[in-house]
Amino acid sequence: MPKVIVDGIEVELAAGERINGIQAAQRAGVEIPHYCWHAGLTVVASCRMCLVEAGTRNPDTGDVMMVPKLVPACQTPATPNTVFITNSEKVANARAMVEEDLLIDHPIDCPICDKAGECNLQDYHFKYGQDQRRADIRPFTSRKREMGDTVTLFVDRCVMCTRCVRFTREISGTSELFVINRGSHEEIDVFPGYPLENRMSGNVVDLCPVGALGDKDFLYKQRVWFMRKHDGVCTGCSTGCSISVEENQDTVYRLKPRENPHINQWWMCDEGRYGYHHVHSDRRLTDVQRRDGVNWTLIEWSQVVREIDERFRNVGRVAVVLSPHLTVEEAYLLGKYAREVDPQAQVVLGPVPVEGTDETFKNGFTIHAEKAPNRRGVEEVVTHFMGQVATLDNLLISLASGEPTAVWVSGGYKSNWIDTAAADQIASAAACLVVHDTFDSPLTEKATYRLPDGTFAEREGSYVNFSDRLQSVSWAIRPPAGVRVAGSVYWELLGEVGLYKSRRVLDEVAERIVFFAAAAEPVGPLGVDLKTPVLEATPTA
Amino acid sequence: MQANDPNIKWIEEPKLGLTGKMYLPLFVQGLTTTTKHLLGPKVTVSYPDVRPTIGNPLIYRGVHRLNKDEQGRVKCVACFLCATACPAHCIDIVGVESPWPDREKYPESFTIDELRCIFCGMCEEACPVDAIELTSLFDLTGRSREEMIFDKEKLLSVYDQTKDTEPMKSNALGGTV
Repeated sequence: MPKVIVDGIEVELAAGERINGIQAAQRAGVEIPHYCWHAGLTVVASCRMCLVEAGTRNPDTGDVMMVPKLVPACQTPATPNTVFITNSEKVANARAMVEEDLLIDHPIDCPICDKAGECNLQDYHFKYGQDQRRADIRPFTSRKREMGDTVTLFVDRCVMCTRCVRFTREISGTSELFVINRGSHEEIDVFPGYPLENRMSGNVVDLCPVGALGDKDFLYKQRVWFMRKHDGVCTGCSTGCSISVEENQDTVYRLKPRENPHINQWWMCDEGRYGYHHVHSDRRLTDVQRRDGVNWTLIEWSQVVREIDERFRNVGRVAVVLSPHLTVEEAYLLGKYAREVDPQAQVVLGPVPVEGTDETFKNGFTIHAEKAPNRRGVEEVVTHFMGQVATLDNLLISLASGEPTAVWVSGGYKSNWIDTAAADQIASAAACLVVHDTFDSPLTEKATYRLPDGTFAEREGSYVNFSDRLQSVSWAIRPPAGVRVAGSVYWELLGEVGLYKSRRVLDEVAERIVFFAAAAEPVGPLGVDLKTPVLEATPTA
Repeated sequence: MQANDPNIKWIEEPKLGLTGKMYLPLFVQGLTTTTKHLLGPKVTVSYPDVRPTIGNPLIYRGVHRLNKDEQGRVKCVACFLCATACPAHCIDIVGVESPWPDREKYPESFTIDELRCIFCGMCEEACPVDAIELTSLFDLTGRSREEMIFDKEKLLSVYDQTKDTEPMKSNALGGTV
């Protein structure tokens, strides 16, 4: 087995594996500080922060030959028998010098910089920098420039790592950003009239190792150390990017991509990134209401669940519409309840919103036109109950000709999703119509019961993305007063006691539905591929 | 910590000497102290008719104030460091982009719940621009709880009220800004 030695620790390489010094050191548990290198971008070796001593070991004699000068670890391939030394005095001096150079005309405005608390320059300075500042320049403000609608550049905070420039060239393929001037006058800029305008522009803010690129949506809103990160899944489209939901006291302040090599790598699109504002919209439904003639009566959650259950059992015939915004567990629970009340109950997939066409970027990242996170998952649940993917259209046809039916419509859509004609059709045919949704729609106007539902940040459960990868998330914030998230309502409808536990439901789903079999094992932060258990042809001996 | 911890230094109670055993010398000693205070200068004042004097107003920890810069603008840059340092979580700030070209960020609202505050002075220590300071005003009263939640205007008015008697500590104590 080929080996690399980092500070005397041997790291094993897989056959044919190509990694650099920084990655080899990571495996040995040694941190090599770096600014310009990023695993998703090309190597430029311009920041010089990752300078280390390198050499080779003769495998036969064990003699080590070192390179006389320091080399950048990001650009040095960790080939078999390479030796890296990162803890020598020479390396420590080089790091301190780089830090000092970067800080010569850096405005030390950490108190007002949004990056403070998660800034590499800050962290590395504490770890590797000098405690004394020899330069007598003490600027406290930074020049500011608009890069586009989403990003502001704080010119003087920049350390010229050019990660953002490489991102627009290699990942988004739009090449808006570039470096102007030379030497110490270097600055990031855009051409006049060509602002940073692409559907992935927010990623440059995450890439920025310092506070130079600021997200306008998040700027000045919250200090990063107040926020808690929760692993989540973006519900903007069927790509299902892994994200972190960052909140403080039940207010979501930003969404950030979470590294997941199977789905989104390090990126996410702007639509998903800024697509959380509906969570705190004041138009959200928060009252539980029952229609009595033309008036709405406010009722309590404790009362309404029992009341609806009674009415559904009296009507006898039941149909449920499962929204593609529901998690797998929620969809399954509602389907299960419908079938419990009426063994012939109709379980159908709600409308799947589609906007435009799929857009694929230079590196293969795709924004899907299908604006729902869980069509695949809900489809499989519907297939389990109905034997085929029944949709709202199927339901409308059978409602028009069938006997009186109680209908439960689940929502969770970010905006209006049903037209007045379809809403009329459902409402006129339904004997009792329950709409559990986040926002008002033509359907909520006509409902018998209008229940407020949670948004993606409040849901707990699993989503299946376009390529059949299942990711489980737990809730990030508590729902606003009056709102109950779908899962917990269905939990109560089915007569389960205690708090809603999505994992217990997923165990049941994995046991009952073959498609979800792989989810029987604990689902890690990167999710689980549901396609895997397809049996491979066994080679005959 | 266990009782047999090596870091604990055990001390024997000193034995009573002859004077201690005789009781009378200690009695005289105690009575001397009492008499001294009886005849000495009075420290008790009949507040609120008479206001007590504060020893050193620069290190007294009373009501907060928000300092103003030379142009009369609030000095605070809305960095939230006082709110971070505050052990009682009584500071609430909303930071926005400042309307002035030479400043980046400023507090749109800055409220301190004076009832929740424990007057520890951590906010003053945390402030990188010496904007928040504790004054020597100690008689803090109000008719309702809401009245005791001081907003930015009130905190700035405390500065106007005290700036002549108590100079900014940045000047008086050699501050940073």
